[in-house]
Amino acid sequence: MAAPLSTTPLHAGMKARVSRITQSGSHSRRLVEMGLVVGTEFEVLKVAPLGDPIEIGLRGYRLCLRRKEAEFLEVEAVG
Amino acid sequence: MKPSVEQQRTVALVGNPNSGKTTLFNALTGASQKVGNYPGVTVERISGEIKIGSRRVEVIDVPGLYSLQAISDDERVALGVLESSPDLVVCVVDAPNLERNLFLLSQLAERGIPLMVAMTMTDFLEKAGDRIDLSRLSNLLGVEVTAVVAHKSRGVRDLVDAIDRNLSQPRRSTIPSFRPDAITLRASSIRERLLRIGLDVRQTEIADAISGSSNELLARLDAYPEIAAEIVAARENRDAVVSGDAHADAAERYAWASMVARACLSAGGRGVRSVSDRVDQILTHRVFGFAIFVGIMYLVFQSIYTLAEPAMDGIQFCSQKLGDWVAPMLSRWPVVQSAVVDGLIAGIGSVMVFLPQIVILFFFIAVLEGSGYLARAAFMMDRLLGWCGLNGRAFIPLLSSFACAIPGIMAARVIPDSRSRLATILVAPLMSCSARLPVYLLMIGAFIEPRFGPAWAGFALFAMHFLGLLIAIPVVWILNRGVLKGKRLPFLLELPPYQWPKWRDVFLAMYLRGKVFVTIAGTTIVAMSIIIWALLYFPRSDARVQQYRSEFRGAVASARPDLSEESYVEMRQIEDSYLGRFGKTIEPAFRPAGFDWRISTAILAAFPAREVVVPSLGIIFSLGKNQDEASMDLRKALMTAKRPDGSPLLTTYTAVGVMVFFALCAQCFSTLAIAKRETNSVWWPLFMFGYMSTLAYLGACFVHLLERMFG
Repeated sequence: MAAPLSTTPLHAGMKARVSRITQSGSHSRRLVEMGLVVGTEFEVLKVAPLGDPIEIGLRGYRLCLRRKEAEFLEVEAVG
Repeated sequence: MKPSVEQQRTVALVGNPNSGKTTLFNALTGASQKVGNYPGVTVERISGEIKIGSRRVEVIDVPGLYSLQAISDDERVALGVLESSPDLVVCVVDAPNLERNLFLLSQLAERGIPLMVAMTMTDFLEKAGDRIDLSRLSNLLGVEVTAVVAHKSRGVRDLVDAIDRNLSQPRRSTIPSFRPDAITLRASSIRERLLRIGLDVRQTEIADAISGSSNELLARLDAYPEIAAEIVAARENRDAVVSGDAHADAAERYAWASMVARACLSAGGRGVRSVSDRVDQILTHRVFGFAIFVGIMYLVFQSIYTLAEPAMDGIQFCSQKLGDWVAPMLSRWPVVQSAVVDGLIAGIGSVMVFLPQIVILFFFIAVLEGSGYLARAAFMMDRLLGWCGLNGRAFIPLLSSFACAIPGIMAARVIPDSRSRLATILVAPLMSCSARLPVYLLMIGAFIEPRFGPAWAGFALFAMHFLGLLIAIPVVWILNRGVLKGKRLPFLLELPPYQWPKWRDVFLAMYLRGKVFVTIAGTTIVAMSIIIWALLYFPRSDARVQQYRSEFRGAVASARPDLSEESYVEMRQIEDSYLGRFGKTIEPAFRPAGFDWRISTAILAAFPAREVVVPSLGIIFSLGKNQDEASMDLRKALMTAKRPDGSPLLTTYTAVGVMVFFALCAQCFSTLAIAKRETNSVWWPLFMFGYMSTLAYLGACFVHLLERMFG
């Protein structure tokens, strides 16, 4: 089921898809501009020891972001 | 001078961060680069001049961009460069990241500016067995595409030729606009209204204002409220018009980018990432990764601390020898002699002494950044620093500040978010740098070790180093809540594949940072040391010297048989100097800390550089200026010094108070000067000096209060 990235249980190796973006501010815009548009699939590559930040792989590159700064990104697990 | 055949042209190098833009820029311009500052912001303007045929071309290394909708200062500056209509924009695209790079390219294309593409890192693709069809890409984009592997100097010549061609015959991209029709329509009608009142504004700029990505146009339209209102109305309408999805524009661009990437890339097999992945498995491993991180940081820190030492000693030795060599030539004019030797040469020496640390730190930063490890280190450290309002990238600047705050503050450039960068710069000098060590060693050697033994001496040294770090945490917390304005940017960090650092980039970074520092030092810092010298030297006259000598011969010599006449005269001169008088005037202010005029004058004399406090104390205690922290005479003088009422001047508590004062104060003019440069403001260094001096004073008073309660 779709849930905000900040609360979705994540583990390395899982794949997910962006299902909705619930904000339109400059912060969410930057994530979208870096390729996390609705429908984009990404892989969780690493979760830092204390749960944040996380490293994801999308569109052939790797991005590190803080989960708690991405609560507007709704994702659903794939496969 | 030869008259130039043609006026200078401007070429802007634009691209995503990590796209190889700077490597390419370095290959084009080499050591001819100039580092300046854009007015009003902390962003550096890096440019270099090259000659192409008969043309003089200024190449600008525009700060890295993911999007033309700016959210940081760096990005606003980059946008400003594009709006200043350069003759040609070279978009640097790294081949393995084609899809994401095309996003920025689509926005550049839309502006209708003269454009071409430099395709980097094609060697990465080749290694993986992938191929990229450049002529197809060129056809799809409508502009020239040139491959260049800058660090192997492959394709640089072709790129220069292509730049030349495009300067003569500029091409503009033919790709369609991605703006939703509704916005384009509104923008063109507003453009017509503006034209009627005599304002020529580009349609893309109006469209940006409507889509809410820029408020600059609105700010300019203050005098035309009805047009501004129309833009605001269009903006409020936008979400309804654009099918409820504010990010539709980005989605369309990515759909296009992904299509173009698929058309131009043919995958051979996966390969390059997997080597990088295997390296990453080890370097960011939960256990080994952390151990390796600590090891690397230890190496960096130790190198700044110890590798720099011989070079620093050498510089100190040279400036001393230079002074000794120059002094006899000026012996006929004692004022000039002292001004040149104790003011100018000593000032230059005390500044140059930081150069080795700066160059060494930037060697490591360039290697760590160029190899891709810096981003991983920031990933690992983010949680540790994130909770108090900094981010993972602040780690290296803060760590290196334990050696010296100057390179630490300069290294804060790796933080793109200007608010976190400022917070990092403001607390960096709280980290206990190596220049504090002489004060600690002197005080601990005189008051802690003889009374409490080596174990407590070691603890005191550790505690002093820890104090600044401990204080920095609440300082950052308060800064983030009360002082620093502006939006905090999200922590987003691209993790590029691991690769060998490019040695040309590494050496250019060392050279440029060293040059930046020497330029600052050459002016402000040397001027400041001469002012302090003058305050310590004047007023001075033969009559006064005669008076001091007769004082000595009259009463002092018999009372203090250990003093030499010369060092007594030197002490009296500093006591009567402007600075000494000022030290006496402000003595009451230091009374709550338990300091008398001797300590307060030493503190004032150490304003340009806190390590100067040790030789200053040497002079004030009539031991001459060649005292260092290991001097037994100075230790003894401090231990036996008495106040007029016969009580000891310094107790263990006061000694700790002096150490606390120097641990927290901002008495280092080089640090303040570099902070002025890096924040592009005189207020932030003043603020830094103010808050740190306050903390230092309160800290020393607190220690004295403890003494009165328990001592």
